Amino acid sequence: MGSNLSLAYLMLSAILFVIGGVGVLIRRNPLVMIMCVELMLNAVNLSFVTFGKMLNDISGQIIVFFVMVVAAAEVVIGLALIVAMARRRPGATADDLRTLRG
Amino acid sequence: MVGLVWLIPALPLAGFLLLVFFGKRIGEPRSGWIGTGAVALAFVTACLVFAGLWGEPEHTYELSLFQWIPAGHFNVDIGILLDPLSMTMALFITGIASLIHLYSIGYMHGDSRFPRFFTYLNLFVFSMLVLVLGNNMVLTFLGWEGVGACSYFLIAFWFEKEENASAGKKAFITNRVGDWGFMIAIFMTFFAFGTVTYTQFLPMAPGLAQTTATFIALMLFVGAIGKSAQIPLFIWLPDAMAGPTPVSALIHAATMVTAGVYLLVRVNPILAASASWIPWMIAIVGCATAFLAATIALAQQDIKKVLAYSTVSQLGYMFLAVGVGGYSAAIFHMITHAFFKALLFLGAGSVIHGMHDEQDMRRMGALRKIMPVTAITFIVGWLAIAGVPPFSGFWSKDDILAYALHKSVILYIFGLITALLTAFYMSRLVFRVFYGDARWGESAEAELANLNAHTATNAVDADASAPGDAHDDAHGDAGHGAVHPHESKWPMLVPLIVLAFFAAIAGVLNLPFTEHLEFLNRWLEPVIGENQAHLSLGGVQLTIELLLSTTIALVGIIAAYLVYLKHKVDPRRIELPFFANGWYIDQSITKFMGGAGRKGFELIAMFDKVVIDGAVNGVGRATRGGAARLRSIENGYVRWYALMIGVGAVLLVAFAMTQVSF
Repeated sequence: MGSNLSLAYLMLSAILFVIGGVGVLIRRNPLVMIMCVELMLNAVNLSFVTFGKMLNDISGQIIVFFVMVVAAAEVVIGLALIVAMARRRPGATADDLRTLRG
Repeated sequence: MVGLVWLIPALPLAGFLLLVFFGKRIGEPRSGWIGTGAVALAFVTACLVFAGLWGEPEHTYELSLFQWIPAGHFNVDIGILLDPLSMTMALFITGIASLIHLYSIGYMHGDSRFPRFFTYLNLFVFSMLVLVLGNNMVLTFLGWEGVGACSYFLIAFWFEKEENASAGKKAFITNRVGDWGFMIAIFMTFFAFGTVTYTQFLPMAPGLAQTTATFIALMLFVGAIGKSAQIPLFIWLPDAMAGPTPVSALIHAATMVTAGVYLLVRVNPILAASASWIPWMIAIVGCATAFLAATIALAQQDIKKVLAYSTVSQLGYMFLAVGVGGYSAAIFHMITHAFFKALLFLGAGSVIHGMHDEQDMRRMGALRKIMPVTAITFIVGWLAIAGVPPFSGFWSKDDILAYALHKSVILYIFGLITALLTAFYMSRLVFRVFYGDARWGESAEAELANLNAHTATNAVDADASAPGDAHDDAHGDAGHGAVHPHESKWPMLVPLIVLAFFAAIAGVLNLPFTEHLEFLNRWLEPVIGENQAHLSLGGVQLTIELLLSTTIALVGIIAAYLVYLKHKVDPRRIELPFFANGWYIDQSITKFMGGAGRKGFELIAMFDKVVIDGAVNGVGRATRGGAARLRSIENGYVRWYALMIGVGAVLLVAFAMTQVSF
């Protein structure tokens, strides 16, 4: 794999990360926000794999498994919260839930 | 056997805990017996430990129970230092305290807070034992504060009366002035030695810089004069007589007030390392206190006030002894004084009890026929304190005077004058209370006959009803008209007899004739050996001194006999208002505190309000103001928080970039 290709992967990873980050910041639908978080995580995964390949180090790929497992757990919690939320207040956005404001 | 030493303070503590939680349920008189038992067992333990201590090298034994304050270099253990000094103290504290507990069962009979009284007494004994047995200054301070607090509780025990409550406060606050000095001394000791454990820093004391040693000694002295009621902090002790009489006997005569003397004897290497004016100052303050208090005692009308000032005076003797280097003499006098003063106070308590809470000597007289046991024991105490040979007070007082003469003739002369005054005012007390005319109603003979008839008729009733009823009847009679004095019951008389026995013979502890007879000197040798002034009295000098002391005591007694029984001189020419008012020292302090002093304190209060409170409140206000502005950040929008996290992450990465060079 040439360094150009690696660079391309890294660029893709960065673009995906930014898309995810902006999505979290501007969208109000909780489901979409979770999807954006997932996108950010996977962007990071991509860069891990790329760096692992570039540096010839297997740990870059191993850590991706950890991230995926944690992400799966996180999605479980997140979806559970969203379901509970939708039951109590149907159609609520993330901005409607600000009971804990200072 | 010495390993049992921890039981000595633990038993009164156990008694205290039991009574504080269950005292009300246990009730009278069983709570009294529990309190007495706890202290009596502690005394038995102390005797066992004493037997075991003979086997220890240098008669010293140290026991560390557990760590209390481990803070860096500052380490304080809960530990016990058992040496001849603390052993002596522990023995006479527990011994006298058990007797006084027993006495209190009789004296406090019928009091509505009977169990609480014993709760406090047990706590007091525990604190006092911690004070003397603690192996470091912080533990001693703990006991020191403990006895101060108990003293406050007990002086104000009958707090329903305003003056009792304020006497308690006065004692506590005056003591605090002294405690301040003690605290500074502890801090300074730690700075100078890096430890506050006696066995660690006392051997290092001779190498200490003189100024440091002087400062520590001065501050310890300030502590000691507060607790031991010396000039100018003696004003609390006479007021402390507001408490029940057993309290006066236990705390304000036999034990707590000796704590200051104990402390000074304990740190004798530091006194030796300090500037030479420190011992001089201690001796002069002691001598002046002894003299001043003796003159005040001449003119008091309240039986307990006379004894209170006499206590102050005798404590002055002990300070004099410490100042002139006669440490063993100070301890010797402390022991004999504990016996005869406890005896005198308990005797006075018996009189007060018999007279139905009458304390004014002008309304007593001729009581020896009605209260024979009290009178005889009281007379033993009187002869002991007046310094009539062979009673104990004679030997201990003479020991002190011998050391005083060794240091300076002036101290000796003042000591002798005080001895004369002591003999005089104590004789005055005895003659006015037990001899002369009965001034409480009818003549003594009629009263005696009346009493016999009274008990005879009551004997049948008393058997049928509870034993305490006869006593209550007597109280009831007192309300109707004339006072009917009566002899006290056995729990009050037994301690009197035991104490009278020891007050008479305690002199054998330290007879001056040959070195073999100076048991106390040799026993205390490991603690005070190096710093004790060395006396070498020739036989002639000793004889002259002993004869002089005896003459002085007899002159005092005869003078009092002439004035108060033969009425050769008008008593008013001796009982000057100047003396009766305590040289106006108390009034002056009150006046100053009410006038100029108060303004100063108000200034300090202002400072406290504006600067200290201002700073504290300012911090509070600033926090609230800042928070009110900051709370707008916590707006509840999840996306805002996410942005903040993002911004934070970017800033962190940016910061890391500036730190790392590629």
